[in-house]
Amino acid sequence: MPDTDTRDRQVQGLDALELQPERGRRGAGEVARRVWSASWPKLAAVAVVLLAWQAVVWSGWRSEWVFPGPDRVLPVLFREVSTAEFWEAVGVTMRRALSGFALALVVGVLVGLAVAQVRPLRVAIGSLITGLQTMPSIVWFPFAMLLYGISESAIMFVIILGAAPSIAGGLVSGIDYVAPSLLRAGQVMGLRGVQRYRLLIVPAALPMFVGGLKQGWAFAWRSLMAGELLVIINQQNSIGWALSQARQLNDAERLLSYVIIVLIVGILIDVFFTWADRSLRRRWGLAAA
Amino acid sequence: MRPMTTITDTPTRVSAVEVDAISKVFGEGAGTVTAIDGMSVSVGEHEFLSIVGASGCGKSTLLSLVAGLDRPTTGSVDTAGHKVAMMFQEAALFPWLTVGANIEVPMKVNGVPRARRRERVAELLELVRLTGFARKRPHELSGGMRQRVAMARALAQDADVLLMDEPFGALDAMTRDILHDELERIWQERRLTVLFVTHNVREAVRLGDRVVLLSSRPGRVIDEFPVEGERPRRIDSALIAGQAAVITDRLRQEVSRHA
Ligand SMILES: Nc1ncnc2c1ncn2[C@@H]1O[C@H](COP(=O)(O)OP(=O)(O)OP(=O)(O)O)[C@@H](O)[C@H]1O
Ligand SMILES: [Mg+2]
Repeated sequence: MPDTDTRDRQVQGLDALELQPERGRRGAGEVARRVWSASWPKLAAVAVVLLAWQAVVWSGWRSEWVFPGPDRVLPVLFREVSTAEFWEAVGVTMRRALSGFALALVVGVLVGLAVAQVRPLRVAIGSLITGLQTMPSIVWFPFAMLLYGISESAIMFVIILGAAPSIAGGLVSGIDYVAPSLLRAGQVMGLRGVQRYRLLIVPAALPMFVGGLKQGWAFAWRSLMAGELLVIINQQNSIGWALSQARQLNDAERLLSYVIIVLIVGILIDVFFTWADRSLRRRWGLAAA
Repeated sequence: MRPMTTITDTPTRVSAVEVDAISKVFGEGAGTVTAIDGMSVSVGEHEFLSIVGASGCGKSTLLSLVAGLDRPTTGSVDTAGHKVAMMFQEAALFPWLTVGANIEVPMKVNGVPRARRRERVAELLELVRLTGFARKRPHELSGGMRQRVAMARALAQDADVLLMDEPFGALDAMTRDILHDELERIWQERRLTVLFVTHNVREAVRLGDRVVLLSSRPGRVIDEFPVEGERPRRIDSALIAGQAAVITDRLRQEVSRHA
């Protein structure tokens, strides 16, 4: 037998050869270049959209009172952004979005866990969950308004119906698709009960669960916007309320600036979920770094 | 039918694992598969037993019965109070945990306090020559390194019986040879009892004190070969090659029975 030292060297040599060479730290210049190469296409796209918009306005397709160009909308947008009412409206809408989403999260997780665990339940409502996901949640509003009247509860009800199925669905498929080799390893190590969930099932299901959250958020946001336009709660300032106000007053500049706000909020949240998803996958070794 | 072979080792040796006339039938009704029928094996304390056999002869089934993951249809498995750990062809490390945290998992199951866990991780990593890798993630390691982490994790169960199901089957030859040396060293240092399943007859001879040959459908022990040659052995030595050839011939004879 080669002596311990020689063997140590052999093992270390092999390890060194098999490991990926460490990548050097990125310098400041490198970071700047990456940021630039990631952001210029987006900036260019924004510029193209603004140009196209302006071009349509210049073509005289509709009167500028109905369809103002960016030259008129953007100043209104900037003025709006500096008022207290604007932030109040955004605050109300975001509070609704977050509390609705949080409720949907609780409901979705409870239902998802139950369906993943109890076989008869899965047979009974497994496909119902998929069915609900495909349903345009706006259909629920008349019913919600019958149940809860013109109130925030009606909006919450629809948000939950819109988002919870996606969240539950993500959780169920996350649990279903835990790699059998990992389950077997857990069994060999004696993982049972709560510990099995905490140390194995939940973390293994996390990437798919985050996928479900992202989709659930998209549905919640849409349901909320539809809700704020349909269920107009008097004198309660919100993005939806501001939109309908602007329409009633024929204030096209204000209307379009709120549309832009809705777009921006959507993009920001999407960026957040994409980042969460990406960093999870990177930690798991599922995606290239 | 009675088991064909009952293996008695040197009489002084107490057995660590006693598999007595087991059978295992999967499924019910018309679709039953008899994976194992009348198999008896006894593995001595601190013995290294290699198990070879053609595909589908019930090797993995045997190991999962010994590990207690499943129960034999008839017969009994006695591990004499030993703790049993198991390794597979895939390392099956948890990808969301670092190497160190992976090794801690079985200790968490056993309720080992945190400070003690850290010490044990350092000690086990040193044993598998991966000192300094505690904070790496599994996907940053090579296949051979992952298998060594899996070995550390298995040992973290405080097991003295180690079941290995083709653990080096997916590794390249050079890595495999080095891991043979490593496994042999750890087996001796830790005074483990090892049941090592493999398709590779040379590997079986290189590592085993004894090689047991299983028949296919149903699986049972058809022959056994004590291995000669001082340890450490070299897989490319003439002594290993000669003994492997005898076993391979016997295995081919068994396989052609199914033609
Ligand atoms: N859970 C199961 N249900 C039904 N049949 C099974 C099950 N597990 C194993 N078998 C069958 O039992 C027989 C033995 O399987 P086993 O996996 O133990 O063989 P093996 O010797 O490990 O094969 P390999 O060399 O391919 O790993 C095979 O015919 C297999 O199809
Ligand atoms: Mg097998």
